[in-house]
Amino acid sequence: MHLEYTIIEGDFVNAGSASSSIKKTLKQLSVNPSIVKRVVVALYEAEVNAIAHAYGGKVTADIDAGKILLRVIDKGPGIPDIDWAMQEGNSTASPEVRDMGFGAGMGLPNIKKNVDRLNVQSTVGVGTTVEMEVNLA
Amino acid sequence: MKLSEIAKLLNARVVCGQERLNEEQDIVFASDLMSEVLTLDDNFPIIVTGLCTMQTIRTCEMGNLDIVVFVRKKKPTPEMIELAEDNNMVLLECDYSMFKACGILWEAGLKSIY
Ligand SMILES: Nc1ncnc2c1ncn2[C@@H]1O[C@H](COP(=O)(O)OP(=O)(O)O)[C@@H](O)[C@H]1O
Ligand SMILES: [Mg+2]
Repeated sequence: MHLEYTIIEGDFVNAGSASSSIKKTLKQLSVNPSIVKRVVVALYEAEVNAIAHAYGGKVTADIDAGKILLRVIDKGPGIPDIDWAMQEGNSTASPEVRDMGFGAGMGLPNIKKNVDRLNVQSTVGVGTTVEMEVNLA
Repeated sequence: MKLSEIAKLLNARVVCGQERLNEEQDIVFASDLMSEVLTLDDNFPIIVTGLCTMQTIRTCEMGNLDIVVFVRKKKPTPEMIELAEDNNMVLLECDYSMFKACGILWEAGLKSIY
């Protein structure tokens, strides 16, 4: 199954709508609830990042019997130092993002904790792709 | 403790989820930081928060957290209430500060995760 969602630039109110839809899909597929939670928590933090730190983008999801592969692809400034960004507490978030309950530098570390495989690729001035895979069984 | 008793202790208004007030919950987590709420693994506490945005409801949806107390006189918008109802959540509105609300719940014997 292949699914795609658009993440609209600056649209904080709808941040998480892809995660919400994928949660419903995985529930319908009777995936274990604690695995569903890990998938959608990671995807939600990545979705928020594409709005908070970039200019929107898209989410793709590929689901088969054994795993889900998620890609959050944004057009944005990119991440100059991925190792720095992966460390808990490191953040360049704006006050606006912090007012929304994010921006403490906990997103990427929590994504890493929740997924089985994580690959962050970024080109400064072009954008960032966060690829996450979770085993479903 | 029954959710109806918790609402009474906090002098809170029930925004939605009235039909679930007979349920019991004894664990509470308080935070305004949604990234922190999203680290809660397989715990499903009552969330006490002063952050009242669509992101509060989304965070709870992703984390399977379905009981929220808004403190500091925060009022959820109709859009937030609609999403909360879709997810069968209980929302309470309380006029107390975070400290006072948590103090009352602690004194009543509710527990923290850590
Ligand atoms: N999609 C992205 N585009 C550009 N920068 C990003 C992106 N995602 C994360 N970052 C950078 O990595 C930092 C850490 O991200 P994260 O751990 O999610 O924490 P937070 O979002 O709270 O700042 C961000 O502050 C930002 O500098
Ligand atoms: Mg983040």
